[in-house]
Amino acid sequence: MNPAATSSEPHVIDPAKRRQSILIVICCTLLVGISQYLIKLGANHLSHAGLLSTAMGIFTIPPLFAGYCLYGVFTVLFVYALRNGELSILYPLIALSYVWVTITGVVAFHEPMNALKVSGLAVIVAGVAVLGWGGGGK
Amino acid sequence: MVLVLIGSVIGSVGAIFLKLGAHAVNRHWTSIAFNWRLAVGIGTYLVSSVLFVKGMSNGQLSVLFPLVSLGYVCTLAWSRLFFHEPITRVKLAGVGLILIGITFLGLGGR
Repeated sequence: MNPAATSSEPHVIDPAKRRQSILIVICCTLLVGISQYLIKLGANHLSHAGLLSTAMGIFTIPPLFAGYCLYGVFTVLFVYALRNGELSILYPLIALSYVWVTITGVVAFHEPMNALKVSGLAVIVAGVAVLGWGGGGK
Repeated sequence: MVLVLIGSVIGSVGAIFLKLGAHAVNRHWTSIAFNWRLAVGIGTYLVSSVLFVKGMSNGQLSVLFPLVSLGYVCTLAWSRLFFHEPITRVKLAGVGLILIGITFLGLGGR
């Protein structure tokens, strides 16, 4: 496939499929949220490890391994969604996972919640809403 | 810090290959198994993840979080370059809000 063939595709995508792609990625961020929680859990074991032992840790530390497996599931769904959507819309939507990660941190780890965090979450949700609604049309 | 910055740029490059690979997939299984674009995309993702894990395990979240979200800005540029996706006001506003929100989150996490 040459670049010229791909370049014209975003403009002929059916709006219904485009909206479906956006919805898939938004649901997928839940998976990223869970996997990042697991990865962070595993990463805490590695604060003094080198780059190579970090890479090995993905296979030897259970939470890290589970986290990356979930990330694999996410990647499959993301590639599926990319077939019918714009990369410049779908990729930033992944930022919604920050919202899930922060909520998980507060609920599961009793991390402190403060005004800055709450406003950060609200602004991220607003940004995702702008991309989701604005990108679904046209 | 440098690791996270490199990781986020590499991750956004990986997304280009995932997108290229996604369009090469059809009903035949060989289109997935021998899809070098998907392989490169997943490979670069793995490299960026290792860099993230390494960079995140010791560093200030307030600095690291905004660096990660720079990957979204890169993606706007790559998408324009490689897929001729227009950079619209809606996209700039959306990504801008996300950047601000993530920066707030990072500041709040200190």
